[in-house]
Amino acid sequence: MTAVGDVVAERSIHLSRASLVRYAGASGDFNPIHYSDHVAGAVGLPGVLAHGMLTMGLAVETIVPWLGDAGRILEYGVRFKNPVVVDPESGAELRIVAKVGAIDDRGARVDLTVTHGETTVLVKAHVLVRLA
Amino acid sequence: MPVNPELVGRAFPPTAPYLVGREKVREFARAVFADDPQHLDPNAARALGYADVVAPPTFAMIVQDQTLQQLLAEPDSGIELARVLHAEQRFSYSRPIVAGDELTGVLSVTGIRTIGGNAMVTSEAEIRDAAGAHVVTATSVLLVGEEG
Repeated sequence: MTAVGDVVAERSIHLSRASLVRYAGASGDFNPIHYSDHVAGAVGLPGVLAHGMLTMGLAVETIVPWLGDAGRILEYGVRFKNPVVVDPESGAELRIVAKVGAIDDRGARVDLTVTHGETTVLVKAHVLVRLA
Repeated sequence: MPVNPELVGRAFPPTAPYLVGREKVREFARAVFADDPQHLDPNAARALGYADVVAPPTFAMIVQDQTLQQLLAEPDSGIELARVLHAEQRFSYSRPIVAGDELTGVLSVTGIRTIGGNAMVTSEAEIRDAAGAHVVTATSVLLVGEEG
């Protein structure tokens, strides 16, 4: 039985610059702030940033093996709080923890915590899932 | 030019059909670190009752992006890509996207809220399959910054 407070999945993901280039190609989002230090610096960013949609996408995948069927996901939403700067040498390490926040007639709300070091990357990252 | 409030309620044509390819799903899955077999192996997807590999949940952004391009292309929108930040994103699913789907998106701007010189623009893409059945609605909130 799934209960409120249960951690249903967690993982760490290492992002490199190559991860960003791969996501750019896969998604079609070629905004240069996600691969060019020159452009990122020129627009006043602290460095090359991971695509918000990459973070959102890898975060929810943390729970897909637990769900068994991605079709059980009814809703997924996030608010982008802090960008992830991806260092050219060391990359960035993201930690994702998925915890059951609420259960009702429609299913369970799984709350995702996504952190980069001490920084929270996404807030209100909620996945509404149909319980099997 | 500030964000044009008349975008709310404006009608946009459906995007050109997007045919979801199996290799595109696999490519996208690898990019979002999605290694569950349902995204990669057609047999694993079929065992779950799907016709082909299942796209990761945020794949819908590819079709939504086509609708956002329509929004940016409106000559009177007042939205300049260089001043846009992605503030929030939501998806509401009827079913997952599967390889073989032919998807079209219909854009609507549902809200524009001005805060000082900034504007929060909420837009929805209603994504349907070739039969016209609803697949997913993708909602973006874009923060359009003050003109520099």
